[in-house]
Amino acid sequence: MAAKDDLGRRGEDVAVRYLEDRGLVVLSRNWRCRDGELDVVCTDRDRLVVCEVKTRSGTRYGPPAEAVTPRKAARIRRLAQQWLAAHHVRWCSVRFDVVAVLAPPGEPVTVQHYEAAF
Amino acid sequence: MPLGRAWSVALNGVDGHVVEVEADVGGGLPAVHLVGLPDAALHESRDRVRAAVVNSGREWPNERIVLALSPATMRKTGSAFDLALACAVLAAGPGVDQPELDGTVLLGELALDGRLRPVRGILPCLLAARAARMRRVVVPRAALAEAALVDGLEVHGAGSLDEVLRWLAGGLTLPRPGPALPGDEPEPADLADVVGQADARRALELAAAGGHHLMLVGPPGTGKTMLAQRMIGLLPRLTADEALALAAVRSVAGRLPADPLGTLAPLVAPHHSTSMAALIGGGSGIARPGAVSLAHRGILFLDEAPEFGRHLLDALRTPLEDGQVRLARADGTVVYPARFQLVLAANPCPCAPAHDRDCVCPSLTRRRYLGRLSGPLMDRVDLVARMYPITAFAVTGEDTEDTATVRARVAAARAAAAQRWAEHGWRTNGEVPGPALRSRFALAPSAVRPLELGLRSGELTARGADRALRLAWTVADLAGMARPDRAAVESALYYRDRRAA
Repeated sequence: MAAKDDLGRRGEDVAVRYLEDRGLVVLSRNWRCRDGELDVVCTDRDRLVVCEVKTRSGTRYGPPAEAVTPRKAARIRRLAQQWLAAHHVRWCSVRFDVVAVLAPPGEPVTVQHYEAAF
Repeated sequence: MPLGRAWSVALNGVDGHVVEVEADVGGGLPAVHLVGLPDAALHESRDRVRAAVVNSGREWPNERIVLALSPATMRKTGSAFDLALACAVLAAGPGVDQPELDGTVLLGELALDGRLRPVRGILPCLLAARAARMRRVVVPRAALAEAALVDGLEVHGAGSLDEVLRWLAGGLTLPRPGPALPGDEPEPADLADVVGQADARRALELAAAGGHHLMLVGPPGTGKTMLAQRMIGLLPRLTADEALALAAVRSVAGRLPADPLGTLAPLVAPHHSTSMAALIGGGSGIARPGAVSLAHRGILFLDEAPEFGRHLLDALRTPLEDGQVRLARADGTVVYPARFQLVLAANPCPCAPAHDRDCVCPSLTRRRYLGRLSGPLMDRVDLVARMYPITAFAVTGEDTEDTATVRARVAAARAAAAQRWAEHGWRTNGEVPGPALRSRFALAPSAVRPLELGLRSGELTARGADRALRLAWTVADLAGMARPDRAAVESALYYRDRRAA
């Protein structure tokens, strides 16, 4: 496994633990379809929360959350619709979050949660 | 506080408006949104400002930032907002105390490493800041000399964003501009250098004394250009207000000389291939000042005038009349001052031999050549001086007066004219309209007898008579007479436009 994939996997683990601590229930992890992948799909019992997890080991290339561009946001919206269709969910309100995980080597990991980021 | 506020100035021509820069930080993915009708250069300031802040060792808020420039409906151009944007963002965080920014106008473009770069138009920005009763202004250090021209404001010069931030925190004093000293301007070329040409010299003196537009016609190599260049030495020095108005135009054009408040009248000599935009002012978006405005209170010298496109020459008519140019563009109308004195130089014909008798042009070509100068334009030219080829190699005549001598006479004549017309709002004889000269300041019938004769015989048109009358007043002023007599009118007639004759 490439180092960056490993980092992403660890970041997602951290994010899921964080979300579960906040009382959310995780429904899917790394749900894939032809058009791409949703990192974490969970619910706060009222609505669906689609989470994009972005992990970086440093801010040399900018903070992690900045990598969620409008293009990426649009793709996640599209994927969310496909997820709803695939799981036969009729209608529900959806919130899109970003969880930015900063994991500098040898330092404590920080998590930043942007609720309803886009 | 998630909200930061700073102030800067947006320029519309030479008019500035104080702009409030607000930064709202927080609530969303990290991104910077700039609103308030910014142009492309201003849009790019998002990236410049961020790099400058980070490279100055400050923290860039890792949140959604909305930067608003108000009034939001006014278009804003250029990079002068960088410093204000940076400070507004930092004021939204703990970096800068908001009260320190209140009443402070921040001007300057940021380099990526945080240095503060000079921008065009600092002078009109400061005038706008003063008019808006702002407390103090920070300008790039390179613009301090320019900033010294405006008094009544606390102006500071900074070299970098870091310096500004430390100054705002109270840990650093920024240099203030020194007193605006009129620097040592190079003395313009002396009139004594011109060989002979007593007629044209006299015409130059009359033009300078009366503010008349002048045309020099003569074969090449007779010193038309030399004379025109020496005319600025004859004109009075600019007053402080005039120099400031000129400096504002130059500042907007990005053409401020090393000594920004020079009092020497400007000489602008565009080539005949000049474009309309360069001559009158222009450019997309907001129009920039052209040659007519850069020649404000000075001389616009058009060498080889018939070679200029007809549309260019005719475009000069409105500024000649109004003393300003009004340029309308998609983004708004700007008004630049353009009260200049026109000096035209022309050869008598296209082939232009040293001696006119050697001319090989058909008569029609000759007539057409000067005919390119349209009637309405020539109506505004009071003086047409013929120049003759130099016939002696070393003329050591007694008529080679130097600039200082002539300037003294010009100054006296101008003072007399200014005093006479003061209550009517005119400053020079050249500005007085014909009807006023004919009715309110009518001369004795004996004095205007030559005009009467000329009109009756058809040698003179009504407009030509007005021009001669106007010039006669200048002749009288130079001679120290209270009003022109017959001799003054006759000598004025000597300089009329005799192309038709």
